[in-house]
Amino acid sequence: MDEYCIKTRGLKLFYGEFEALKGLDIRFLSGKTSALIGPSGCGKTTLLRCFNRINERYEGVRTEGEVVVQEHDIYSADTDLVELRKKVGMVFQRPNPLPLSVRDNILYGLRLHFSRKYRDASTLDEALETSLRAVHLWDDLKDSLSTEATTLSLEKQQKLCIARLLPLKPEVILMDEPCSALDPDATAKIEELLRDLAGDYSLVIVTHNMAQARRVSDECAFMLLGEVVEMRRTEDLFVSPRDQRTANYIEGRFG
Amino acid sequence: MEFAIKASGFSAIFFVFAIFFFVFSTASEFIFEKMDFVEFLTSPEWYPTSLSNKRYGTLALLAGTVSVTGLAMLIAVPLGLGSALFISEFTSGVVKEGLKITIELLAAIPSVVWGFIGLAVMNPLIIEVFDAPIGLNVLNGGIILGLMSVPIMTTIAEDALKAVPDSYREASLALGATRWQTAHKVLFPAARSGLLAAVLLGVGRAIGETMAVLMATGHAVQIPGSPLDSVRTLTATIAAELGETAAGSDHYQALFAVGVLLFLLTFGVNLAADLIVRGRSAR
Repeated sequence: MDEYCIKTRGLKLFYGEFEALKGLDIRFLSGKTSALIGPSGCGKTTLLRCFNRINERYEGVRTEGEVVVQEHDIYSADTDLVELRKKVGMVFQRPNPLPLSVRDNILYGLRLHFSRKYRDASTLDEALETSLRAVHLWDDLKDSLSTEATTLSLEKQQKLCIARLLPLKPEVILMDEPCSALDPDATAKIEELLRDLAGDYSLVIVTHNMAQARRVSDECAFMLLGEVVEMRRTEDLFVSPRDQRTANYIEGRFG
Repeated sequence: MEFAIKASGFSAIFFVFAIFFFVFSTASEFIFEKMDFVEFLTSPEWYPTSLSNKRYGTLALLAGTVSVTGLAMLIAVPLGLGSALFISEFTSGVVKEGLKITIELLAAIPSVVWGFIGLAVMNPLIIEVFDAPIGLNVLNGGIILGLMSVPIMTTIAEDALKAVPDSYREASLALGATRWQTAHKVLFPAARSGLLAAVLLGVGRAIGETMAVLMATGHAVQIPGSPLDSVRTLTATIAAELGETAAGSDHYQALFAVGVLLFLLTFGVNLAADLIVRGRSAR
């Protein structure tokens, strides 16, 4: 495995004329949890959404520079978006299970990407159970696999959104403020889950919540106005920030 | 001022009931006293002007309406839903706006102009292509009516697709689905009731359409055996014959009875569409 799961070189992103990312060079350790923090509008979500190229859904988005995932620049012309998104999964700010059953949500990716002969009933059942166990949902949901996923509690929905990535065996899981729609109890449960997943997957988490970044991440990047001000081991960043702007932000003087 | 607005709001209810009352009351004497229900609904013989034996069977007219509408839907459903999907999911910016405006323009073409096209363009074309004796038939009417029903279907289906939360699209795309897979596996099921309502409103539009089908279907009262047979619809019959009848005569009243039948048909279809849409919003 590479030392880094994602590396960027001179990554710029424009929304029309507005330069949202100003030439970033940033690297994320494989098998670790990395957090992106910074005030609203600093570009942390934009950066995250570059890593699976989901930014391109919007008109007027233009990207320059490189993003290397597994030694391959994902912005090169020969990139297969489908393969990329299998490797780099994403969890969104608001839980967004598809309007299908729990089972169909978990198996959605498998059914998309594997032809019928590789997915007999027992393979699917196994993937279903493994994924739900990995997110601590199996015991709760094993008897209600045909429930409409959108009727679950938000906490379970978010866990389900994590679980449905797992059958595709992603290298990296991107998380865009995964707890911002949840109450503190649910947040604690999701954070516990993140700690369990760390190691098996490389996690990159955008968060507004500095305390959360401290609790779950191994390394942490502080972003401001489309630039990375500072990226270090999480405890170092919070205990002895090198840059005055980082110090001001984590002490709550702005943001 | 407030009163005026209130009045114009409630006027819709008044007009619907007034029209229904007028049609129904004009037809009631015929329906309840002169008409044989079984004959009216099951006999294909519509001879309201026969001197010796007047017969008022609407089955052939109903078959005309059903066959033309059915063919129209075969054309309009894939075209209407397809263009809605294209506009909503596969284009953006200028192309999207341009298409939406053009499709709304299509809805603004008067039905008599569509009738022209049926008569002047489709008629010779069908004769040549199918070697048919006459080009004014189910096929012609079905194509014209299908094209006429596309705009309303597209507009409503596009609204239904637009109403699907964007988070579903992102979820599906982020799992590596293509836009087409997303449409097929997520958007269509999620927008199902809205799409069904779009289809039913298109059907309602097609059943009620008069002038274009009058001009394009060839005006022969018969149950069609093939798409190349001429037919006459319920609506075309009323439009063509009402001016020729004496007010208050049996024939006149019979046409109003046909109107009641038509009203019930479109009412049923619209009600179904409405219930489906409500079912969706209640969920």
